[in-house]
Parts: sequence; C-alpha cells; structure tokens
Amino acid sequence: MSALLGKLSWDALPYDPIVIGTLCVVAIAGCVLAFLLIKHKLLGVLWNDWLTSVDHKKLGIMYIVLALVMLIRGFADAIMMRLQLALATSGDPGYLPPSHYDQIFTAHGVIMIIFMAMPFMIGLMNIVVPLQIGARDVAFPFLNNLSFWLAVSGAVLVNISLGLGEFAKTGWVAYPPLSGLEYSPGVGVDYYIWALQISGIGTTLTAVNFLATVFKMRTPGMKLMDMPIFTWTCTWANILIAASFPILTAVLAMLTLDRYLDFHFFTNDGGGNSMMYINLFWAWGHPEVYILVLPAFGIFSEIVSTFTGKRLFGYKSMVWATASISILGFIVWLHHFFTMGSSANVNAFFGVMTMIIAVPTGVKLFNWLFTMYRGRLRVTVPVLWTLGFMVTFTVGGMTGVLLAVPGANYVLHNSLFLIAHFHNTIIGGAVFGYLAGFAFWFPKAMGFHLNVKLGKAAFWCWLVGFFLAFMPLYVLGFLGMTRRLNHTDNPDWNIWLYIALVGALVILAGIICQFLQLYVSFRDRAQNLDTTGDPWNGHTLEWSTASPPQYYNFAELPVVSDIDAFTDMKEKGTAYVRKESYAPIHMPKNTKAGIIIGALITAFGFAMIWHIWWLAIVGLVGSIVTFIARAYTSDVDYYVQPDEIAQIENEHLDNVAKG
Amino acid sequence: MSDHSSEAHSHGSVKSYLVGFIWSVILTGIPFWMVMTEAFDKGPTYITIVLLAIVQIFVHLKYFLHLDFSEQGKLDTYSFIFSAVIIVMVVALSVWIIYASNAMMM
Repeated sequence: MSALLGKLSWDALPYDPIVIGTLCVVAIAGCVLAFLLIKHKLLGVLWNDWLTSVDHKKLGIMYIVLALVMLIRGFADAIMMRLQLALATSGDPGYLPPSHYDQIFTAHGVIMIIFMAMPFMIGLMNIVVPLQIGARDVAFPFLNNLSFWLAVSGAVLVNISLGLGEFAKTGWVAYPPLSGLEYSPGVGVDYYIWALQISGIGTTLTAVNFLATVFKMRTPGMKLMDMPIFTWTCTWANILIAASFPILTAVLAMLTLDRYLDFHFFTNDGGGNSMMYINLFWAWGHPEVYILVLPAFGIFSEIVSTFTGKRLFGYKSMVWATASISILGFIVWLHHFFTMGSSANVNAFFGVMTMIIAVPTGVKLFNWLFTMYRGRLRVTVPVLWTLGFMVTFTVGGMTGVLLAVPGANYVLHNSLFLIAHFHNTIIGGAVFGYLAGFAFWFPKAMGFHLNVKLGKAAFWCWLVGFFLAFMPLYVLGFLGMTRRLNHTDNPDWNIWLYIALVGALVILAGIICQFLQLYVSFRDRAQNLDTTGDPWNGHTLEWSTASPPQYYNFAELPVVSDIDAFTDMKEKGTAYVRKESYAPIHMPKNTKAGIIIGALITAFGFAMIWHIWWLAIVGLVGSIVTFIARAYTSDVDYYVQPDEIAQIENEHLDNVAKG
Repeated sequence: MSDHSSEAHSHGSVKSYLVGFIWSVILTGIPFWMVMTEAFDKGPTYITIVLLAIVQIFVHLKYFLHLDFSEQGKLDTYSFIFSAVIIVMVVALSVWIIYASNAMMM
C-alpha cells in the first residue's frame, strides 16, 4: 500500500470485456454530450442557471434527470441478470461469472432504491410541494442544493465502482459477517458504505428542509388540514426520513468502524452480534419503503381528483390513513427476517402488525374508488398509470399479507416469491406513481406537453412487461427457486425463466418509449406549449402559476380558504386577477458552495474507499471549510424589482387570456 | 420580525424557571433524603426514586423545554411525543427481538 495512492493500483482497472465495453460507451456518450454543450455554448448556462441554482424547481428537474440516468444503469443490471438466468439453465454456466453477477444484483438493488426511486420522489417533491403550499422556495434553499449534490456524490461513487475496483457482492442489504472484512476484504463493501452514507445524509437534510418548509412557510389561510394531499403524503414521508435515516447512518457507521478500525459490533468473534445489524438495517429499511410509496399515493390522489373533476373523497381519512401507515411502518420491520429465529411471540407480534397495515392502505384504495364513482374520468396518461397501479398494487399488497404470516414466510423467505412481491409493490406502487406524477406535472415544470401516443405506449409496455416479468417469479418461488442464484439446473424452472426474460424485454420497450417520448416532445415543443399554466383544470395552487412557473413562484402570496385552493379561486373569480402594483420579492442568490462541497465529499468518499488518507483529509477539511465560508457569507439574497414582476405577470396573464 | 416576537412567549419567564427549579430540587431532595437516612426499606425506596424521576422528566419538559399544548407550543410537543414514541418502540422492540433470538440460541 502506497502513501500516495493507498490500495489503488493497476489491478483496480477492469479486465471483464462487458465492463470495458460499457465504459467505452459511457466515455463516448460523455464526449458527445460535452461536444454538444460546447458547440451550443451551453456550459455557462448549465453552470449559472442549473448546477449552482437554489431554485427548488430546477433542483427538482435535476433530481429527476439523475433518477432517469440511474434508471438506465439499474435497468441494464436487471436485463443482464434476466439474460444470465435464461441462458444459465440445465447446468450451463451462462455468460456472467458469479463474482460479476453478485456485484450486479447488489448494484441493481442499491441503485434502484437509493439512486433511482429516492431522487425521483425527492425531485417531484421539490418541484411540487413549495408551489402547492404557496411558498416562494423551501425554507433553506442552499441546503436544498447541497442535499442534491450529496445525492449526486453517492451516485458518482457507485458509478466509479464500475471502472475502478469492484462493487459489493453481498446483496443490497450487506449483512455481516459477509460484509465484514473477513469475508469481503475488497473495496466493494466500502463503495457501498460511502455511497449510501453520503447520499443518506443528503436525504436527511432534505427531510429537515421540507418539514421546516411545510410547517413554517404555508401561504396565509392554509391550515395543516388544508394542505394538498400530495404535500401531506410527502410530509409524512419526510417525518419517516427524519426518524429512520439516522438509524441507517448509525448502522453504516458501525459497519465502517468494524471494517476500518477493527471494532467488533457485528463480527462473529470479539463479542459482536451480526443479528443487530440485520435488526437495525430493517428498522431503517422498512420505513424506507413507505418513504418511497407514500408520496406515490399522494400523486395518485391528486390525479384521481383532478381527472374526475371532483374533490378527493375522504380527504381527512386519507391524511389519517397516511399517518397510521407511517407509525405502523415503524413496528413491522422484523417481518424482513422472521427466519432469523426470534421467539414465536416476537414473530406473531410483527406478523399481526404487518397485516394491520393493509387496513389503512385499503382505506386509501376505497377513497380513490369512491372519488371516481360517478365522476367523469378523463383517461389521460397519468390516469392510465393510476389505474394500472390500482390493479397491480392490490396484487402486490395481497402477496405481502401472505408473506406476513410467519408460517408461510418460513417457506417463501428468500425465494423468488419474495422478489416478485417487492417488485410488485415497488414498481406497481412507487415507480408507477412517479411516472404518473412525471406525466402529470411535466407540462408545469417544462412548459410543454408530453407526446400522448408514446406515453400510452410506454404505459402498456410497462404494465404488460411487468406482469410477464414478475408473475413467473411467483411461480418459481413456489417451485422452490431461491433468490440470487447464478445458474440453475432444474428443467421445471426453465420455461418460467424464459417468460420472465421476455417480460423484461417488454419493460425495456416501455423505457425506450419513455425516452423517445421525451425526445419527440422536446423536438415538437413549439406546437405543444402549455400557455395557460393550467392544462388539466387543476385543483391546487401549482396550477395557478405559469408553465414553467415564474422563478419567484407567486408575485403575491395567495390567500386560501379551501383544500382545493385553486378550484375555489376559479369559482369565486379571484384567479388571474391583474394587480395594479407589486411589492419587491426577497429571493436567494445562486451559490457554488453546494457543488464544491459535493465534489470535495466525493473525493473524501473515494479516498476512504481506497485508503488514500491524505486525500480523505483534504476532502473532509475542504468541505467543512467551504461550508463555514458559505455560512459567513452575507451576500446571499436580493430583491426582484416590481417592474420586472409586473412584466412577467402581465405576460402570463395575457397568455392565459389568449387561452 | 413578527415570527420572533410570537415565539418569545414560549421561552418562559424568571418565575417559571424558578418554579421548575424548586420542583426539581424537591423531587431530587426526597429520594436523596430517603437513601441517605435509610428511613425506608430498599423496595419502597427504589419505587419512589423511579416514580419521582419520571415526574421530574415532566417538570423539565414543562418548565425548561416549554412543551405545552398552546397554539404556538403544540407542534413542538407533538414532535417531541412522536420522537419519544418512535425511539421507545424501536429500542424496546429491538431489545425484545435480540433478547428472544439470543434465548433461542442458548
């Protein structure tokens, strides 16, 4: 080990032709992107208007770009696994050796949960929540920018592991003793630890930021029980983040101490207990899945009430159902490890608690159905996703109740039945929700409509592909196939593995449609502009702004007196009123500090992974100094002048009048 | 800033701090006296220490952390209760899980 480069040496470079090929493609794509940015002189715009921006709407868009990029990476892993399992039947070794295959399933899980689903959810929350509560930005705009760069930092580390060294081969849960130094001496688990640790801290900061925002910055007249339902579900998700992510931070810190400083929290000797890792990991991990799915429930609620043209049925029961799910979500985590072998009483308690969660979830489902009842549902792309969700998620929920029975769980634990179940709820619940929200709020965020035909094609491919890919896994689970197998030798399984591959390919077609849709919509944007800012006849305040919204959101803070604040204004005729004069608006200035800290923290994480101690010190001290320097900067804000506001507002109101 | 003046209400007064302090002294003094003088048996002494300690927690919360159910203080109180419930649940259930697992391995 050298003092300059730590454990880093030529051996860290890849030798696997698949990895080398991937890196070449990424390098070429990066060069093309850089060339296009330079050719169109966009580097300045990118830096000044986006990367250093503290505007919640732009940060939201950047979060979703991050999520889509990581979706490609995570899905590439998925399709490689399906292909391997379809090829490696009847004793054939397939094309992926176990050491590579193990990294792929670990990376797939980590990327899809932490770097695809979370940024997608946080991105939508960033774009929508401040607009829905009539705020001009979040409570701490710089912190919001910093959170984003910490998320990016984690994603960068995961992607570096593809080219330098390896990723963890432990599965996305990284249970010790397998993830301990004795059985995983390489850098893979260290990549895992630092990527999760850094992005996890960013997520915690986001939750604190948004909690402060909804509690302190609601527009005049908006009580807590007047907040739009999406804001409410995000608020509960943020409460869960604030309460559960510190557990992840602590458990990863303990694993770090085990691996770096010879501690014995989770080792088999020296008094350690690896069961405590499993326990703490899921004490975070279970609330985490509700963090993912609750905002999706909020999105469906908004969509159902908007496109039926009705008020949401049972608003209060919806808020309290979300609250019950959040609190119950904290006392069910043991169902992830029934088979660890606690006592029958412990298993019974957690099994019953798990089944109880189906009740508030059922309340939500019936609320959506009753909202649609006697409504005139406009079948748009967001509504298709919602209907697809209601069918798919119900199946996933019921298999979940089945798994909650400890006796059944002993048979099905770690089988493909489990894999089918959680993909059924996460794809059918969270991902369908985010894609619905993407289609719903896209015109608001970008100012033009998405292509409808390709959107519908994407939906049908996803839905059909999902059932083709995952229903066979339920069958395989019953046939006794366990998860994380590299190759199989059982002729009864083959046909189901082939069907699952076909399903994954159909989902691939759906993803391609999704990206084509983005390209076509962007190309034809001039014909599809959303000039009114209210394309769907929306209920809530975000639709009262222009599309994309004015950068200060609201020229004058709206005064609200109803849950469906914007519908109320439209009915009373107080929407779109031209003001005689405007007061100056206090706004935060953009800052370089977030991206600089993100870069330094990435260097720190990378240095810790490879034991390059001098660089770790530089990265950590540098980021702290940058943060302090930023804290002592007083030049952080400015006022938008009334002339400029009047000009922007009049332009918007003229566009609305033209329709 | 209007925000600050409305929050100033919940920061307490000299009187409330003194009331809290006197309560705390009394609630600490009684168990101290019981232990020092050995006036009671061990059992009742232990029970009194625990009970008065719990009472003192509430005294601190009310007079020093200013948790109450007024319009301004409600949010702080609810978030405190929520955090306390979550921590108690997670810690207590974790202890139960690990204790039971450990017992199974004996």
